[in-house]
Amino acid sequence: MSSDYPNDLRYTKEHEWARLEGNRATIGITKFAVESLGDITQVDLPKEGEAIRKDAVFGTVESVKAVSDLFAPCSGKVLKVNDPLSDSPEYINEDCYDEGWMLVVEVADLKEIEALMTAQQYAEYLKENH
Amino acid sequence: MRYLPHTEADVARMLKVIGAPAVEALFAHIPAAVRSQRPLDLGPALDEAALLDHLGEIAAQSRPAGAEGALSFLGAGLTPHHVPTAVDALLGRAEWYTSYTPYQPEISQGTLQAIFEFQTIVAELFGLGVANASMYDGASAAAEAILMAKRVTGRGHAVISAGLHPHYVATAETYLSGLTDSFQLAPLDDRTGRTTLSELGEVSCLVVQSPNYWGVVEDLPALAQAAHARGALLVVATTEPLAYGALESPGACGADIACGEGIGLATGPSLGGPGVGLFAARTEHTRKLPGRLIGETVDHQGRRGYVLTLATREQHIRREQATSNICTNQGLIALAFTIHLCLLGRRGWRELSALNLAKAEYAKRQLASLRGFSLRYTAPTFNEFALRVRGGDAARAVEKLAEHNLFAGVAENDTLLVSVTEKHRKGDIDRLVKELNEVLP
Amino acid sequence: MKRAQPIETRQLLHSEPPIFEQGSPGRSGASLPPLDVPAVDPVAHFGALARAADPELAEVSEVEVTRHFTRLSRWNYAIDIGLYPLGSCTMKYNPKVNERVARWPGFAGLHPAQPPSSLQGALALMWSLERLLCEIGGFARATLQPAAGAHGELAGLMMIRAYHQDRGRHPTQVLIPDSAHGTNPASCTLNGFTTVPLKTGADGLLDLDALRAAANGETAALMITNPSTLGLFEERIAEIAEVVHRAGGLVYMDGANLNALLGKVRPGTTGVDVMHINLHKTFTTPHGGGGPGSGPVGVVAALEPFLPTPTIEKEGTSYRIEYARPKSVGRLRSFFGNFGMHVRAYTYIREMGGEGLTRATEMAVLNANYLRARLQGAFPLAYDRPSMHEVVFTDKRLKKETGVQTLDVAKRLMDYGYHPPTIYFPLPAVTGGAGALMIEPTETETPETLDAFADALLSIVEEAVENPQLVKDAPHQTAIGRLDETLAARKPRLRWTKQSST
Repeated sequence: MSSDYPNDLRYTKEHEWARLEGNRATIGITKFAVESLGDITQVDLPKEGEAIRKDAVFGTVESVKAVSDLFAPCSGKVLKVNDPLSDSPEYINEDCYDEGWMLVVEVADLKEIEALMTAQQYAEYLKENH
Repeated sequence: MRYLPHTEADVARMLKVIGAPAVEALFAHIPAAVRSQRPLDLGPALDEAALLDHLGEIAAQSRPAGAEGALSFLGAGLTPHHVPTAVDALLGRAEWYTSYTPYQPEISQGTLQAIFEFQTIVAELFGLGVANASMYDGASAAAEAILMAKRVTGRGHAVISAGLHPHYVATAETYLSGLTDSFQLAPLDDRTGRTTLSELGEVSCLVVQSPNYWGVVEDLPALAQAAHARGALLVVATTEPLAYGALESPGACGADIACGEGIGLATGPSLGGPGVGLFAARTEHTRKLPGRLIGETVDHQGRRGYVLTLATREQHIRREQATSNICTNQGLIALAFTIHLCLLGRRGWRELSALNLAKAEYAKRQLASLRGFSLRYTAPTFNEFALRVRGGDAARAVEKLAEHNLFAGVAENDTLLVSVTEKHRKGDIDRLVKELNEVLP
Repeated sequence: MKRAQPIETRQLLHSEPPIFEQGSPGRSGASLPPLDVPAVDPVAHFGALARAADPELAEVSEVEVTRHFTRLSRWNYAIDIGLYPLGSCTMKYNPKVNERVARWPGFAGLHPAQPPSSLQGALALMWSLERLLCEIGGFARATLQPAAGAHGELAGLMMIRAYHQDRGRHPTQVLIPDSAHGTNPASCTLNGFTTVPLKTGADGLLDLDALRAAANGETAALMITNPSTLGLFEERIAEIAEVVHRAGGLVYMDGANLNALLGKVRPGTTGVDVMHINLHKTFTTPHGGGGPGSGPVGVVAALEPFLPTPTIEKEGTSYRIEYARPKSVGRLRSFFGNFGMHVRAYTYIREMGGEGLTRATEMAVLNANYLRARLQGAFPLAYDRPSMHEVVFTDKRLKKETGVQTLDVAKRLMDYGYHPPTIYFPLPAVTGGAGALMIEPTETETPETLDAFADALLSIVEEAVENPQLVKDAPHQTAIGRLDETLAARKPRLRWTKQSST
C-alpha cells in the first residue's frame, strides 16, 4: 500500500496529491484515481500564471467515455504546467506520481496542505469508502 | 398488417409466458385518467396499391422543377446538380439505410469508414485539417460555427455578412436568442456586392458566405486578414461547395472554420431536406468541434479500423457542458455526397466546376445584354448571379414563366437570382433568354 | 431455453482500403456533358482567388466506386439483416414502399424556391402530416422543421422560453431526471437555461417529493421522457404536470419512446405542453447509419404563437406558406425541414391507420415483456415494475459471479448474429452502479426471432460461467475485433492522409 501512496505526499478526498517543497506544491492525481479512470486520453489544465482555488475545479481529465473534474488541493498561482501531458496523457497512467505530475503552484497558505490527508489516512479513507 | 408478424396463436403463447391474461393487461398500470378516451382518427388503413394511388395523387398536385419537361434556374441556397445514377443505386443498399449510428464498431465498419472518407473529402474541399461527420444542414452548421468561435475566442459577439443566406442569418439569430450573445450585420457594397467591413470590434468571428447569397465571390484573404487583425476567427459558409473546384479553398484563404450545405451534390432537392451540413476547422480547434467524429485506429490484431472518437465533447457524456446538443447527423446524405465526389474524382471535380462557370458566364452575358436587364453586382460570380430587372417587379415575370414550367430564378423586388449549372444545355439558356425577353413588358 | 450456437461466417468479406488508396492518377468515374459554350479560364476570371491545386480526391472509375461502397456496406449490420434491439432507438422495419414514394419526382424533384402554387402537393402533405401527428400526440399544432430529436428539443425549449417572456417572466431553470438522454441538458444550455437534476426515485419513477422540492418560480420547465429511458411509464404524470404548472413552469416531453403509447396515451392530454417526435424511431423513417432524422414538435394551443417560422396554412382548398408570425421563435434551419422524411412518415401512418398504429404499440409492448419474461431469471431488472416497449436489465449478478460485464455480453451477442442492445445508457447512477442492457425489440420482430435471441443471451450466460475469457475476448466471428478506442482518442487521425497509408 505504501508504494501506491508515497509517504511524502498529501492527499485529497477527490484523489489528488500534493508534494510540498518550500512554498511550492506539485500536484497530480493518485493511483486510485488513475485506476478508476482507466486509460486517460486528454488532460485540460490551467495556464502558467493563472490562479487556482482550494476545492475548486482546476481542470479535467478524460478517458474514452468519461470526463472527470480535477479539484485543487490548495489555493495558489500556477508556476509550471506539465506540457508533455497534452500530447502524451498516458504518462499519467504510467507514472502518476512522477512523470504524470500536472502542476506546480506557489502555495498561498501552507496550512491548506498540512490539513490534507497523510498517506496512511488516505489509505484508510479508501478502505472505508471504496 | 404486413409489418406486424404476430398471429393470434403467437400472442396467446407469448401472454402465457409473460403470465398476463390479455395484451390490454400490459397497459393496465397506466392510470385511466391519462388513457386515450377514443381510438385514433387517422383515416382508414391503406393497402399498398391504394397507398401508392393516394401518394401519387398528392405528388401530382405539385409541378417539380426537377422533373422532365421542366426547365429550372432555381438556386438561392440549393443548387441542384446532376447526381449520377450510381449514387442512389448504392444508397439503396439496406446495409446503409437500415443501420444505426455506428456505436458498435465491430459490425459498423462500413458506415465508419465511409464517413471517415467523407471527413477527408470535406477537409480537402475546404482546405482545413479536420471535418466532422456532418451537421443537420448548412444553416445550423453556420450557427454552430458561431458558437464554436465563441468557445475558441472566449468572445460572444459576432459579425455576419449581409451576403449570408437569409435562412442562415435567421437560424443564427434563433440559435443565439437564448444566450447572451448577439451579432451585427456587415453590409454588402452596393456596387461590387462584396462584404464591406467598418471597424471590427472585440468579436468572436466574422461570418461570410462565398459565393454569397447573390452569387458574388468574396475576397476571402482580405476578410481573413481583417478578422485575424482583431483576434477574431473567419467563418466561411457556402451553399455551393462546387465553387471550390475553381476557387481557392477557404482554408488556403485564411478561414478558421468552413461550413456549408452539400444537398445539391448528394440527392434530389427534395424541397430542401434532408441535406447534409458540412463542417471543417483548423486542426488546433479539433476538441472544440460540435458533432460526431470518426477516427482511425487498430484492433487487437493491429488491423486498421475506425471508431467514433473524441466523444467526451458530446452531449451523451458531457451533458450540459457539451460543445453542442447535436446527436443525429445526416449520415446517409453524407454518404451520397461522398459517393458522388468519389465518382467525380480530382479531374471530374475540376471539370464539373469549369462547366458550371462557363455555362453561367454565357448565361450572364446573354441576359445582361437584354434590354431591361443589367447585372446587379460587378464582382466575379461562379454559377449564380443577380440581375436587376427594369420596372421593378421580377416576381411577376417569374410567376408567369413558372406557369409553363420554366423556373427562371428567384425573384426579390427588382432582382432576379439565376443559377446555371452543368444541367443546362446552351439551348436551355437560350430559351431562358428568349422567354425572359418576351415576358418583360 | 435451447443452447444456441454462434453463427457460422463463411461468406467472403473483402478488406477494403480507403478509396484514396485505390485507382490511378487521371482516372475518373464522372460522366459530364460536353462544353457547348465558350470556356472560361478560372485564373483569368477570379485572379488570385482561383484554386491553385486540386483537392486530393480519389481517382477511380465507377466500377471501383461501386465495388468500394458495396464492399463497405457488407461490413455493416442492419435491420434488414437481423434483430437490432437497441433500447430507446426503436429500430423497427423501414418499409420499402416509403423509400419508393420519397424518390418520386413529385416529392424528390421539388425545389424549395418554387412558387407555392407549384408546390401544392408537398404543402398538402406537410399540412396533413402535422394534423396526423397532432391527433396521435394530442396537440393543437406542430412544427415539422427540426431535423432530429435534439433539434426538436432546442425548438421546444425555445418556445417555452418565448412563452414565459411573453408573460414578462424570465425563469432560469429546467428540471431534468437523471435518467434523461444527454441531449436534454445540452439543449437547455443552448437556451441559456441551467439544469437541475432530479434523482430517480426508489421505484424507478420520477420522485414527486424531489420534484416538489425543486419546482419553484425559477422553473421554466420539466423535461420528462415517458415512458422513461428505463422503459417505465411515469404513472404520476398528471400530478407531475400539476406540480410544474403550479410553479409556473411548462412540461416538455421527450417523445423518443412514443412507440409505447400510440393509441393508448395522447401525451398532450396528460399535462404535457410540448413534445418532440422522432420520425426515425416511431414512424419508420430509416436511421441511415446515424441520420437524417426528423424531429417534429407538437404543442398545446397556448404555445402555438411561438412555433418556428414558417408554418403551412390551409385556406379553402389551397395551401400557403406563412412567414408573418410576430411571436415566433424564428427559423431553426434552412427551408422546411427534412421533407423526404415527412413523406416517408406520412406514407407509413396512412398505411397503418389508427388501428394499425395502436396494434403496433401493443405488439411492441408484448415483445418487450416477452423478452423480459424469458430473461429476467438470468439478468436482474434495473427496476421491477411493468415494462412498456423496452426493458432494462443489469449485469449485477453476472458480473459478480463471472466477472463478465455488459460490454462483453454485447460483443459476444455479435457472434450469435445480433446487434447488441444499448449498453452505455442509462447511466450507472440510475441503475445502482450496474451496467445496463436496454433492450427494445419493436413490434416488427417475430416471436421466433425473440426466442432465438433470448436463447443466445442465456447461452452467453452459460458460457460466462464455463469460460468467462471466451466472452471477454468476444467478438470472435466478426471481420474485425475490438478496436483500440484509447489510441483513437489519444492520437486522433480524423482524415486520411498519404502518410497514414500502409
